[in-house]
Amino acid sequence: MIIYFLILLLFAVGLYGLLSQRNLVKLIISMSILECAADLLLIAAGWRANGSAPVIAAGQDAGQFALSSVDPLPQAMVLVSIAIGLALLLLLTAIALRLYHEYGTYDIGEIRRLRG
Amino acid sequence: MKEGMSLIVKTVARWVVGFIFLYGIYITAEGHLGPGGGFSGGIILACSYILILIAYGRRFASRNLDWRIARIMAGVAALSFLALAMLGMIFETGGNAHFFDNLIRKNLPGTAFHLFSGGNIPLLNLALAILVLASVFTAFVLLAAVRFWETRGKKFFSSLEDGP
Amino acid sequence: MPELLTLLLVFMIIAAILAIESEDLTSAVVSMGAVGFGLSVCFILLRAPEVALAQIVVEVVVLIVLLRGIVSVKPKTGPEKPDRTGLYLGVVLVGLLLVLSVYVAGEFPQLGEPSFARFPDSAGETYLKQGLALTGAANSVAAVLLDFRGLDSLGEVAVLFAALLGVMLLVRKNPRLEIKVEAESGPNGAPVEKGAAKVSEGEPK
Repeated sequence: MIIYFLILLLFAVGLYGLLSQRNLVKLIISMSILECAADLLLIAAGWRANGSAPVIAAGQDAGQFALSSVDPLPQAMVLVSIAIGLALLLLLTAIALRLYHEYGTYDIGEIRRLRG
Repeated sequence: MKEGMSLIVKTVARWVVGFIFLYGIYITAEGHLGPGGGFSGGIILACSYILILIAYGRRFASRNLDWRIARIMAGVAALSFLALAMLGMIFETGGNAHFFDNLIRKNLPGTAFHLFSGGNIPLLNLALAILVLASVFTAFVLLAAVRFWETRGKKFFSSLEDGP
Repeated sequence: MPELLTLLLVFMIIAAILAIESEDLTSAVVSMGAVGFGLSVCFILLRAPEVALAQIVVEVVVLIVLLRGIVSVKPKTGPEKPDRTGLYLGVVLVGLLLVLSVYVAGEFPQLGEPSFARFPDSAGETYLKQGLALTGAANSVAAVLLDFRGLDSLGEVAVLFAALLGVMLLVRKNPRLEIKVEAESGPNGAPVEKGAAKVSEGEPK
């Protein structure tokens, strides 16, 4: 149970960074940390104590395998989530570079002031 | 040979890049047999090209894989992924044609736990790997080529992609 | 196993706090890398080798993109004034989240007992039992990703392609924007003609 609380604490650290920081790079980093915590929560929910990885060995019975393996469904979801996180980061980096070109700063408070 | 990093970095990169590429192909090809898959393999392949780009500079890297070709590769790979997914819908003769129907496995089952098994799962892995390779490499080239500078109060911005 | 996981999570939380509170952008990015690599080791401990592999290679690409794309631009950041409203709002919301998490703690499945083991004929159990027979792939995650739930992968492909299009759209020389910026900060306030906006390929230095 303490694992879940630590994952929530990691999520809280990411949320705090997202709310309190003003540098665009710090915001990107906070979003990445939030994503890490969410991924870890999903994988931990599908973990089986002393289980095996969801790869069936040659000659293993499928029913026996289903009783000893961890859940493959959260792993597939998290794999898609990691891919989407990479795409999001590339896009956010491009947006940050464009904003830096427009306003000459990464500070979102400064950007808001320059926009008027 | 003025571009890029020092001689040590270039030499080590030349030795290592082939192994990275081979490892990426291996991870992609055995994605249906063990841990791995198209996404991880594609990023490893993209990393080998990014290593060349960082070590040798953009001009040398564009001789290996130009980003204008890479963006076409991304489009072709995405379309071929869709085409593989729709293969079962189009060519299925029975009544139960559906999206992501594993038609190749029904006709050529192959042996389980061998490379030729799983029907179109390895092919989908391959398309995904090419898409990830091309899109990550193109995005990295475009992002790394952005430059800002300021001379006499004028702001300048240069990138590879020309606007309309 | 949970003890090792707890240690790794504490390490990740410390690295995350360092990444957020660090003054220097480079050390912030490197601390974020520590969080990502720690996450990868957590995935290995939780018996998810495929996800661990994907996470470790993605983290490498993320570090290279952030260091090469953003930090190497060397932005002139002035002394940052702390955002008081955001700080208080952040502390209040995070406290609220932690208090609420105590109430939902009973709803979580017990760690080490996957949620699909509690119900008969759940999705995960079906994928494990029939994955090899129905798809011929020994790796259950690949079977789920590319056969049972292929639409997820199709959405992933669409998102990656859309991100590539977005990057190509954002990072380009837009002559209209160029003229506007130069006209605002031109030397004599004179509007700059279109030809001057053309920029050579050379490095600034």
